[in-house]
Amino acid sequence: MMSPEKMIRMANQIATFFHSQPSEAQADRVADHINDFWEPRMRRQLLDHIAQGGEGLDPLVLDAAQKLRTPV
Amino acid sequence: MKDFIIPDDRDMGTPAKTGAPVSLSIDGFDVTVPEGTSVMRAAAEAGLEIPKLCASDNMEAFGSCRLCVVEIEGRRGTPASCTTPVAEGMVVRTQSGKVKKIRRGVMELYISDHPLDCLTCSANGDCELQDMAGMVGLRDVRYSAPEGGGLANHFEARDSSGEANPEWAPKDESNPYFTFDPSKCIVCSRCVRACEEVQGTFALTIEGRGFDSRVSAGASLDDFMSSDCVSCGACVQACPTATLQEKSVIELGTPERSVVTTCAYCGVGCAFKAELNGDELVRMVPYKHGKANRGHSCVKGRFAYGYAAHKDRILSPMIRDHVDEPWREVGWDEALSFAARKMRGLQETYGRRSIGVITSSRCTNEETYLVQKLARQVFANNNTDTCARVCHSPTGYGLGQTLGTSAGTQDFDSVEHTDVAVVIGANPTDAHPVFASRLKKRLREGAKVIVIDPRRIDLVKSAHVEAAHHLPLKPGTNVAVVTAMAHTIVTEGLMDEAFIRERCDWDEFMEYAEFVSDPRHSPEATEMLTGVPAADLRAAARLFATGGNGAIYYGLGVTEHSQGSTTVIGIANLAMMTGNVGRPGVGVNPLRGQNNVQGSCDMGSFPHELPGYRHVKNPDVREVYEDLWGVKIDDEPGLRIPNMLDAAVDGSFKGLYCQGEDILQSDPDTKHVAAGLAAMECVIVHDLFLNETANYAHVFLPGSTFLEKDGTFTNAERRINRVRKVMAPRSGYADWEVTQLLANAMGGEWAYQHPSEIMDEIAATTPSFSGVSYDLLEEKGSVQWPCNEAHPDGTPLMHVDGFVRGKGRFIVTEYVATEEKTGPRYPLLLTTGRILSQYNVGAQTRRTDNVIWHDEDVLEIHPHDAEVRGVKEGDWVKLASRIGDTSLRAKVTDRVSPGVVYTTFHHPDTQANVITSDFSDWATNCPEYKVTAVQVSPSNGPTDWQEDYAAQAARARRILPAAQ
Repeated sequence: MMSPEKMIRMANQIATFFHSQPSEAQADRVADHINDFWEPRMRRQLLDHIAQGGEGLDPLVLDAAQKLRTPV
Repeated sequence: MKDFIIPDDRDMGTPAKTGAPVSLSIDGFDVTVPEGTSVMRAAAEAGLEIPKLCASDNMEAFGSCRLCVVEIEGRRGTPASCTTPVAEGMVVRTQSGKVKKIRRGVMELYISDHPLDCLTCSANGDCELQDMAGMVGLRDVRYSAPEGGGLANHFEARDSSGEANPEWAPKDESNPYFTFDPSKCIVCSRCVRACEEVQGTFALTIEGRGFDSRVSAGASLDDFMSSDCVSCGACVQACPTATLQEKSVIELGTPERSVVTTCAYCGVGCAFKAELNGDELVRMVPYKHGKANRGHSCVKGRFAYGYAAHKDRILSPMIRDHVDEPWREVGWDEALSFAARKMRGLQETYGRRSIGVITSSRCTNEETYLVQKLARQVFANNNTDTCARVCHSPTGYGLGQTLGTSAGTQDFDSVEHTDVAVVIGANPTDAHPVFASRLKKRLREGAKVIVIDPRRIDLVKSAHVEAAHHLPLKPGTNVAVVTAMAHTIVTEGLMDEAFIRERCDWDEFMEYAEFVSDPRHSPEATEMLTGVPAADLRAAARLFATGGNGAIYYGLGVTEHSQGSTTVIGIANLAMMTGNVGRPGVGVNPLRGQNNVQGSCDMGSFPHELPGYRHVKNPDVREVYEDLWGVKIDDEPGLRIPNMLDAAVDGSFKGLYCQGEDILQSDPDTKHVAAGLAAMECVIVHDLFLNETANYAHVFLPGSTFLEKDGTFTNAERRINRVRKVMAPRSGYADWEVTQLLANAMGGEWAYQHPSEIMDEIAATTPSFSGVSYDLLEEKGSVQWPCNEAHPDGTPLMHVDGFVRGKGRFIVTEYVATEEKTGPRYPLLLTTGRILSQYNVGAQTRRTDNVIWHDEDVLEIHPHDAEVRGVKEGDWVKLASRIGDTSLRAKVTDRVSPGVVYTTFHHPDTQANVITSDFSDWATNCPEYKVTAVQVSPSNGPTDWQEDYAAQAARARRILPAAQ
């Protein structure tokens, strides 16, 4: 799908925004955003990367992982 | 054929006024008009026309021609009716013996210095001088040159002895679209006043005095081309004679019929009358009842329509198995079954989600709706996106989150009530010229403007316009600047607390206020980063907060950044905290780039949203379409354009139907786009021309211009305007019909007979459009959505009694530097934009005489940066980023700051986007066109890449002769 660097950058950009928000549910909001806007192939790639340790990803993206909808 | 009935199109002589009613009597008829109205207009309201030459209702009265004199009981003399305001109980006589005699005398003098070549004159039948001579009953001209005394006129080149007439001046034909023939000029000053009052350019003047008075463009040695003229056509429109005349009318004759339609260029959405003989378009004239443009136009809409008849138009469908092969012209059936077979085959091999569509922001709402329907119903996926992805998608996200809807909040008329306009990342005089003229008019009335832009755009300083503040920020620091403005407003206590308490979520505001109050957001703390002097920024913020009605207008300089959505949020925060939402003169106003960006977004072009901005995850929304279309709608978001290209390179996205967009030229990182397209097995391009994307296409379906079809465009003020067919589609089908044929070739079973039926389906399924129909548009001319039971006449202003989402929501806007950073190798920042005469990828405007103004993209570079690189004006330079390089000519100018370079992307030979990166907005993937780290160095000419590109393009455009 995307190059791994690009995927990591895009996911981290989202995390960076929600980091700045005074919400208590930052990880939920990262997950919501990705669920709303990322096509299943993109989520699959992200989930696969997380399953392999999620190197380079913002910890908030890793926190959001359980809330990401698994593509069918 | 049913043409729209044009409402009263008369020129009322002077502008409409608002005021208390005043009653008077004119020629025995009682008439009541608002205070301040001229006697001339009052008479016109009563249906009585007073002769006039220098008056026109789109400019203030001038009182120079003296043809409109009247008698008023109890007043001395014969006042000019155009400059005389009405008074209660006034008794006016417009046709007394005395005024009739004066008028004939005036007319006789005019005609004594005007040629009597009416039958061969290009304005024959469309000349106010001719009309007025008739109306006043002129029968004789007694004045002639005295025997042996030489000529005393301006219209004869030589006298009978062959001596040259020193008063005569030749025609100025320098402008490609109109001529200026001084011999026919009556020096009424309408052109000069139109240039000043309507367009606001001040390119024209009257030089000399008395008999020597002449209209002059620029200084005495200038012609129209070398003057400041921007070719908007306002002077041509104003001219009562053949002095300023469209070349098309000179060539083709005066038009006999006219149809009201909508311009297909920028998001202002000007209404025009297409004037024709038969199906031959003679000219486009701005329509005075058009609510976006109020009778004004720019060079593109007024004149640059020649592309519609250009020889490069492709009129037959074409196919090929491989992009290395030449095109084969085929019939529609063969092309469509070839395309359908390929697309279905790809889905069988690679899966349902392996193909998709790109809808066009240049096509109609109805066409866009059908293209996304093709994806959702026939392809059974949500792989639909539109070029709004690469321009205003952050507006959708940012305004949706804060205000509850992505809609711009105002209509264009609103600017007439604005006291302080903030223009951020937009260059309206080039990209939205008619709006710019309306804004400049307001500025001349005393409103202030704050410009936030890296470049010194024309609104910073030009004729009779000077920005109160120009904040020349470093590209990529919008969020820091907007947040520092909020810091100033909040910490100095300039916010509108009552508004915030009533209309917004107070707790969220308190959190936000705490955030922005942090000293790290102060203008002083961010000055080093943004390059904006703190004192200027504070002064600008104070002016916006306290200067009366504050309106923010913004463009792609806001959205096309990695923090585009955050800046949009910051803009909404500023508007809310100052109470500048929900009434005329204020608001958040995204200036949309293309004619139907708004509409293409409204129509469900985005991969996560069905029409009306409703997420595909919502079962109730899907059900509406599932019931109507009889298929299951995918509940997963589809691929956005950049994701499609990534997936293509990766091998899981194989087929694309691209209507009216040229992604290879317009999208960032050209090499990546080309690689994505090259990896696809079926690319269907549906367009007027073999555009750059078509170099990688397997099927070409000929498109139709806006003149060749019915439909609607929705402009930046959410105004749904009718597009009316004035001629038959040259390829045989309108674009909506072609999409329908493709859908049906793939089993869609669609049966639309007319675009009005498509609009009926949109209205039936989309709550914000439920009141819209072609009948309503015929009746009202245009309507702004939401248009439904709650708003049967549409909605000029949003959020009047409350925000769409309920309480307005303040969202924290933390500045995050883009990863695209300058360094030793790439020390300059490139930002890109548009120029007045060209439009987007230039596919249309490059095929018109507009190339006279801009025949190549140039690189604007500051004199300091140029000097240290040994670059001089006009030199070829290589522009390189870590992504790619290209060459173009340099323009050395201090319009850009040191460290910043600027270019346009109108020409494929330059391909500015080979430089731009694939960095994008965090929320929407909108590309970061506006910030690229680059280096500039002297060069000899095109780069290897440019030469390779040109060679590939030439190969890809070969067409086999049609089979016999």
